[in-house]
Amino acid sequence: MANAQTPRVDELEKGPWPSFVKEIKRAAEKHPSAGDLLRQLDLSYAEKIGHWKHGGIVGVKGYGGGVIGRYSDKPEEFPHVKEFHTMRINQPSGWFYTTEALRKLCDIWDKYGSGLTNFHGSTGDIILLGTTTGNLQPCFDELSDAGFDLGGSGGGLRTPSACVGPARCEFSCIDTLDVCHSLTLEFQDFLHRPQWPYKFKIKVSGCANDCVASIARADFAIIGTWKGAIQIDQAAVADYADAGLNIQEEVVEKCPTGALAWDGEKKELKLKAEDCVRCMHCINKMPKALRPGEQRGATLLVGGKATILKSAFLGWVIVPFMELKPPYTELKDLLRRIFDWWDENGKNRERIGELIYRVGMRTFLKAVGLPPVPQMVFRPRANPYVFWWPEEVKRNA
Amino acid sequence: MPRTDFGPPHYMEMLPPVIKRNYGRWKYHEILRPGVLKHVAESGEEIYSIRVGSPRLVSTDFIREVCDLADKYCDGYVRFTSRHNIEFLVTKKENIEPLIQEVKAKGWPVGGTGNCLSNMVHTQGWIHCHTPATDASGIVKAVMDELYEYFVEEKLPAKLRISLACCLNMCGAVHCSDIAILGVHRTPPRVDHELLAKVSEIPTVVASCPTGAIRPNPKLKSVEVNEERCMYCGNCFTMSPAMQIMDPENDGVSIWVGGKVSNARTAPMFSRLAIPYLPNNPPRWPEVVEAVKKLVEVWATHARKGERMGEWIERIGWETFFKLADIPFTDKHIDDFIFSVPTFRTTTQFRW
Ligand code: HEM
Ligand code: HEM
Ligand code: HEM
Ligand code: HEM
Ligand code: SF4
Ligand code: SF4
Ligand code: SF4
Ligand code: SF4
Repeated sequence: MANAQTPRVDELEKGPWPSFVKEIKRAAEKHPSAGDLLRQLDLSYAEKIGHWKHGGIVGVKGYGGGVIGRYSDKPEEFPHVKEFHTMRINQPSGWFYTTEALRKLCDIWDKYGSGLTNFHGSTGDIILLGTTTGNLQPCFDELSDAGFDLGGSGGGLRTPSACVGPARCEFSCIDTLDVCHSLTLEFQDFLHRPQWPYKFKIKVSGCANDCVASIARADFAIIGTWKGAIQIDQAAVADYADAGLNIQEEVVEKCPTGALAWDGEKKELKLKAEDCVRCMHCINKMPKALRPGEQRGATLLVGGKATILKSAFLGWVIVPFMELKPPYTELKDLLRRIFDWWDENGKNRERIGELIYRVGMRTFLKAVGLPPVPQMVFRPRANPYVFWWPEEVKRNA
Repeated sequence: MPRTDFGPPHYMEMLPPVIKRNYGRWKYHEILRPGVLKHVAESGEEIYSIRVGSPRLVSTDFIREVCDLADKYCDGYVRFTSRHNIEFLVTKKENIEPLIQEVKAKGWPVGGTGNCLSNMVHTQGWIHCHTPATDASGIVKAVMDELYEYFVEEKLPAKLRISLACCLNMCGAVHCSDIAILGVHRTPPRVDHELLAKVSEIPTVVASCPTGAIRPNPKLKSVEVNEERCMYCGNCFTMSPAMQIMDPENDGVSIWVGGKVSNARTAPMFSRLAIPYLPNNPPRWPEVVEAVKKLVEVWATHARKGERMGEWIERIGWETFFKLADIPFTDKHIDDFIFSVPTFRTTTQFRW
């Protein structure tokens, strides 16, 4: 029985947190590949080494990505995972589902795959984990009929993702779900036919809490924000105080810029709107009483990425404020200029942030037509190696 | 021919009616208890979200079970969060308690909101990747078993986000987490010259190395590695199966602390190195679990209310952190890659 063959991983069926080993075993009742996966994992646990290898490129007709080829390096021992490819399926914005849609996905995956999934991958796709080369196309055909398209992989646009936004969050300053969906549709070609130096990620958060971690994980981060003063309902502030919230300590003193003051006697919260940097802290603490200002839009940041290759970068501000109204023409035009410039100038495997680091922000800004503004930097340069454009100086003969 | 390039299902088709009616017009929310959020719309309508921890690597039957509950209590709607939790969306208040009872009966945890530990974002590991230095799902399970109470009860000073990536490619983008568990290789790739000559193009392999550690070796129609320059990233192995980077003797796990993504109060921060190496010790990685638990406890004991781990450390200073956490400081902790200098202390101000 399966139990007798996987003593090490079986250990992970114990304990209070739900167990992925139990899940693999459940899938194994219907799918021999899931059983072989678990046995191969148990071998990895014994030897402390992975057992997957590179192989031929696989995919489905009309697409250049969305499928990751995977082959066991022990095909004789684990024949059912000889081929065990992953399909990335583009999730609906905000990861909302009807059970009808989920059940359809499950039925298709039980028919063609291992019965194992990730809900979701770290980029956001539905990950269908493990099938054979021969099953890829028929599986995709049925997914397509059911209304599910592939996500991204390789050197192209990766599947954009968005926080729950206006669907269920009062903080959202933009329609994150719609922005995400609209950009995904607009740039289908870049998503499905990788043609760039490397990957490019877009993530959309409705406010500076950044629940999809866009600033850390997206080459292009869209983060909702506002202009003007936070809207304050003083009576509701007083209710929080009466309910025991220490407004002085937990709200006012945590404001990064000292923009708030609390008059405990009058139970009045005062805001110096010009000092507020819209960090969301006070709003987080008192959602009933405080709301973002009325003029809403987004801050756009570029360059965020994990370590490979030049070190991890956090995204940096390139547009402090852009209004985002459908059909988002200004945003899409800017993205297209950025894609073009990067595609033309980036070296193989150079992310947009690394390219900008290599050639300088001034080159990037000029190329994509953005004006330099102080919001782009914490502080101006200290080193005097200042470069001038030829047209800015008089050439000596 | 099947349709192509039609994109994901439209999100509007997936939203429960109460959300469609109040889309963009939510007024406020409250956390009723760990794992239970109440959102109130300007119209006065309410929605309750029950947040449930998932192992993320799940079978189709697990998803069907989720669907059964969503059909019974949520009119057939459900969502997932950015950290792989399930959220049941309940409109009828009287459905909350029976739903939670059924969820608990299945052994699924309810929690992860507010000042709780949320689910761990993680990568594929030995389940599905060719370059891992460690497993992903196994360590996550072992750590979440140990820290379970912090998911289901709200008793930490602030939010706690733990993430794991099994190599420094960081599919999980763990570099901005309160605690990041990162698989590390510690030895240069071993070149299989015969295989390389057969399956790989030399210029591609040479170009794959971010530190320029790989030189052609025309005599062998292969390459050689300048071992002093190699930082064990495994990029060359992604390009060529002849550059084996996995090494069961030396691979293991490092631990990084103090990162954050949110802009609330302080700017987003990277996680920074706390423990350079712990051994791979499957199936339960006791050294790693122990180290993570200690870090959580040190922070929970010393931080002020509302202070994320990185905010706490920046206030007390890293020199104090190493003392309190009882972690030895080594030459590995001092950056020597390309952006190192700004991390050196250029002032005489520091704590003893
Ligand atoms: C065969 C080995 C690999 C496997 C199985 C794998 C698997 C995955 C999966 C499933 C995701 C989530 C995708 C999604 O949700 O759409 C992901 C994301 C990612 N992968 Fe990999 N990957 C592999 C190799 C790599 C390599 C070689 C790199 C870098 C050179 C890399 C870097 C990343 C990054 C940075 C992310 C995104 C994290 C984020 O969105 O925050 N992966 N990977
Ligand atoms: C010289 C040839 C190759 C080049 C230049 C190359 C390039 C790359 C690059 C740049 C990545 C990181 C991609 C990303 O995360 O977006 C990558 C990842 C990957 N490569 Fe290759 N590759 C090559 C050969 C192969 C082969 C032959 C296979 C096996 C079929 C393979 C399988 C993978 C897989 C599974 C990933 C992870 C993909 C992902 O996370 O999207 N590569 N490769
Ligand atoms: C004909 C050309 C130059 C002359 C006559 C000259 C003269 C001087 C003099 C008299 C001093 C003060 C020395 C002292 O206090 O002992 C000085 C300091 C200095 N010079 Fe020059 N210099 C010349 C070119 C340069 C150039 C080309 C550079 C840099 C590229 C340079 C960088 C400096 C620096 C960094 C100092 C020290 C400033 C300090 O003490 O803070 N000088 N130079
Ligand atoms: C109406 C209020 C809020 C809603 C509806 C909301 C919703 C969410 C959701 C659904 C997630 C994914 C959570 C998970 O997977 O467990 C999330 C993650 C997150 N939230 Fe919120 N959130 C709210 C308020 C906040 C606040 C007050 C903060 C910060 C002070 C915050 C910061 C974050 C961060 C940093 C993440 C995780 C990103 C990461 O580390 O991957 N959110 N939020
Ligand atoms: S990023 Fe802001 S708007 Fe989006 S879910 Fe998080 S708190 Fe709400
Ligand atoms: S949003 Fe942040 S910066 Fe603005 S007043 Fe509130 S706490 Fe201060
Ligand atoms: S983090 Fe590294 S080892 Fe883990 S799945 Fe991603 S590329 Fe593979
Ligand atoms: S492991 Fe990384 S640094 Fe070392 S040789 Fe390979 S590509 Fe270069």
